[in-house]
Amino acid sequence: MTTVSMTVNGKQTSAECENRTLLVQYLREKLGLTGTHIGCDTSQCGACVVHVDGISVKSCTLLAVQAEGADVLTIEGLADGDALHPMQEAFRENHALQCGFCTPGMVMSAIDMVNRHESLDEKTVRHQLEGNLCRCTGYHNIVKAILAAAPVMKGQA
Amino acid sequence: MREGGIGAAVKRKEDFRLLTGRGTYTDDIARPGELFAHMLRSPHAHAAISAVDISAAEQAPGVVAVLTGPDADADGLGGMPCGWGITSRDGTPMVEPKWPVIAQETVRYVGEIVAAVIAETADQAADAAALIHVAYDSAPACVQTARATEADAPRVHEAAVGNICFDWDLGDKEAADSAFANAAHVAALDLVNQRIVPHPMEPRAAIAEFDVAAAKLTLHCTGQAAHAMRLLLGAFVLNQPEHKFRVVCPDVGGGFGTKVPPYCEYAILCWAARKLGRTVRWTGQRAECFITDTHGRDHATKCELALDGEGKFTGLRVLTTANMGAYLSAFAPLIPTYLYATLFAGQYTTPAIWTNVKAVFTHTSPVDALRGAGRPEATYLVERLVDEAARLSGLDPVEIRRRNMIPADAFPYQTPVALLYDSGEYERALDIAVETSGWNDFEARRRDSEGAGKLRGIGFAAPIEATGAAPSAIAGSLGARAGLYESAQVRFNATGTVTVFVGTHNHGQGHETTFAQLITDKLGVPLENVEVVEGDTDRATMGMGTYGSRSLSVGGSAVDRAMDKIVEKGRKIAAHLMEASVEDVEFDSGTFTVSGTDKSTSIAEVAFAAYVPHNYPLEELEPGLDEQAYFDPVNFNFPYGAYVAEVEIDPETGRLSVERFTAVDDVGNIINPMIVEGQVHGGVVHGIGQAVCEQVVFDDSGQPLTGSLMDYTLPRADDVPSLTLDHTVTPCPMNPLGVKGVGEIGAIGAPAAVMNAVVNALAPLGVTHVDMPATSHAVWQAIQNARAA
Repeated sequence: MTTVSMTVNGKQTSAECENRTLLVQYLREKLGLTGTHIGCDTSQCGACVVHVDGISVKSCTLLAVQAEGADVLTIEGLADGDALHPMQEAFRENHALQCGFCTPGMVMSAIDMVNRHESLDEKTVRHQLEGNLCRCTGYHNIVKAILAAAPVMKGQA
Repeated sequence: MREGGIGAAVKRKEDFRLLTGRGTYTDDIARPGELFAHMLRSPHAHAAISAVDISAAEQAPGVVAVLTGPDADADGLGGMPCGWGITSRDGTPMVEPKWPVIAQETVRYVGEIVAAVIAETADQAADAAALIHVAYDSAPACVQTARATEADAPRVHEAAVGNICFDWDLGDKEAADSAFANAAHVAALDLVNQRIVPHPMEPRAAIAEFDVAAAKLTLHCTGQAAHAMRLLLGAFVLNQPEHKFRVVCPDVGGGFGTKVPPYCEYAILCWAARKLGRTVRWTGQRAECFITDTHGRDHATKCELALDGEGKFTGLRVLTTANMGAYLSAFAPLIPTYLYATLFAGQYTTPAIWTNVKAVFTHTSPVDALRGAGRPEATYLVERLVDEAARLSGLDPVEIRRRNMIPADAFPYQTPVALLYDSGEYERALDIAVETSGWNDFEARRRDSEGAGKLRGIGFAAPIEATGAAPSAIAGSLGARAGLYESAQVRFNATGTVTVFVGTHNHGQGHETTFAQLITDKLGVPLENVEVVEGDTDRATMGMGTYGSRSLSVGGSAVDRAMDKIVEKGRKIAAHLMEASVEDVEFDSGTFTVSGTDKSTSIAEVAFAAYVPHNYPLEELEPGLDEQAYFDPVNFNFPYGAYVAEVEIDPETGRLSVERFTAVDDVGNIINPMIVEGQVHGGVVHGIGQAVCEQVVFDDSGQPLTGSLMDYTLPRADDVPSLTLDHTVTPCPMNPLGVKGVGEIGAIGAPAAVMNAVVNALAPLGVTHVDMPATSHAVWQAIQNARAA
């Protein structure tokens, strides 16, 4: 067992972990942050995407010990009380979620996507979503939501 | 339109919690002192088990119990039950072999449970399972659907001769044969409707708790039908009385049919929790879900359509072999029979139809409902045959459909395959689809593609389905072992807010919003003052759950009935409060009025009086404003659509892209257009996925070769285009809301539309059929075969 410490959603956290404990398990099982989901075991589905030091990461691909000292942002850390992040708001406005299981990973990936691009078009969004699977929405409204949120996040709308 | 009422595209009430990571899915629940189960699964598709040595596992750190098949027998557990019985054409009941919760002498598919380890942590349970030694004597497996009945096929169950579960037919063979004898053209196809996985994004999971003092068992699980789960597990497997058994299906991350049936894992957890007096949990790994979540489709079919000289359909014959997998999952026998062959008329007037379905056992994962369940298979074969008929008769695919569609003035329309269609304006939907899709301008786009070295094809499909099953009495006469009503309770609270309990379940469909809109519309209660409760057998009185696009037409109708009872009682209370006679009290939009006067009182005031009955007619009326209703539909309802797909193919590589997709649907009255469109989007992409990328593959020994997302292709965002939707509204006359189901129609219509487009694109090369999925390899192979021919 190893003691692992990291900042999660602005708070200092620490827990005893096995070396094999994944970051997603640390978040869900040690911290009770169950908004980050596990949808597969081959790092394909993207339900577990969080931000580690500002970059989107599938938290099933990282051991908790590898995130020692990191600054982690999860879906629980996005909204300010009742005020949703512009990407969350765009998902709500555009009905970009149904069962909600892929949603946390989708939202975290989408924010990173907007951060990495000066501007986005539909083709780019669809391509960039390659690592996030959704079975409910057919992606149609997810694409719409991301395209709607991008200018808001960049202060252009 | 009332604000937030019927027809309003209000934003969903459930979204805030789901968007902020505050949903409660089964695996999010943690209990103090809980134990973890790990299932040891068979690596063989077919093997005899001569010994299971658990001694090392029992001694491993943290292990509390190791359970095997003989333990289940010793504790009196039953086998997994089947909820629908089919009678073969010779009058014999289907072969229904026992499905033990843990295998004993024989394993029949890769993934079947051979032992369950219960330990203090998940890792300890998994580590201990690796110490169990099972002595297998492996045997050849029966895998391929079309070959399951061959004389030398390995036998899956001793009782099933030729591996046949049932041999069933429907329709008038003589009439159909006569149509073929007199046909001008016969369109014939051999086609495969391939096996696919449902793959909801949330893996299956469950937590079982046993309250020793109350002798009460509680199961939280990823289910679509809590009450049905309780009945099937409690009565048939666990011998746990219903009043001492609570099943909760909390937030569920997608279902698509695979989360309807009870599963062996849930039975094992309940049994272990009761035996140990401890909480026991299990969450499926995706790899486990790929082989143990029930699969869908898997038909091998020979079908033919007879036409007269005018292009009118005169007869249809269908021979299908349907794969049940190794055991009968809860609703498996229903799917290739009454949810399949009864839709063979499609949207057409075909007068003579006959079908024979042989359901077979194989050494593969059990098959059950998957979005559409039988109806996608029906629409696929009918619509592929119609395109083949168009080719043979030289008619345009739209024109041949137009000639054969049931006219709008012919409803109610009795098909030759049992169903009575209630309403429809099929040609209107077709006209809109032709217009919206640019069907008539296709040639220009085809030439553009040709200029870029690509082949382009366009395909039409006219899907129909039967949703909102069904009158319970008819379902019972056809083999259902349960009712198919829905229950709803509408409870005013004293302060005027409303709690609604419904027996359906929300796993993405937006019930918390849609059902609340019904309340807002009729009772005038603001949306934010309504809470909808589903998926808990201790809260909702009774229910059959959510599947087959039934929730709104059956559950919503029960809500509507309960509201009528609320208004009826409310009028009596209001009459008392306003000192008027009941006959003079009218109700509209939340207000009771004495007709012809300005005297009125709100339903909130009436509710308060009902719960604080100081001024109340207690001699004649009980306190409270809380009503229950059941709704048992008088018929199915029949959503339909007109779909157009357009694909482009690179002939050098076979790479295919779906360029455009138009879906025009009629799902009756629409409560929330935003949610309805979302359901169509999801269904269409599910159907495109089946058409172009998804397929479960087993090798000849029964090993699954598509056991992960590395090997099985789910459609991704860049595999599909943005979708063009439109709709018509033909209200369903069979329920008080005038609604039909919408959850599946997309998945029913899209495969045929896409495959008709694929064949259309390849037609200049002489290709007349391509089986799904139209992967690059399959398309490239079809091109090579055509060039070699």
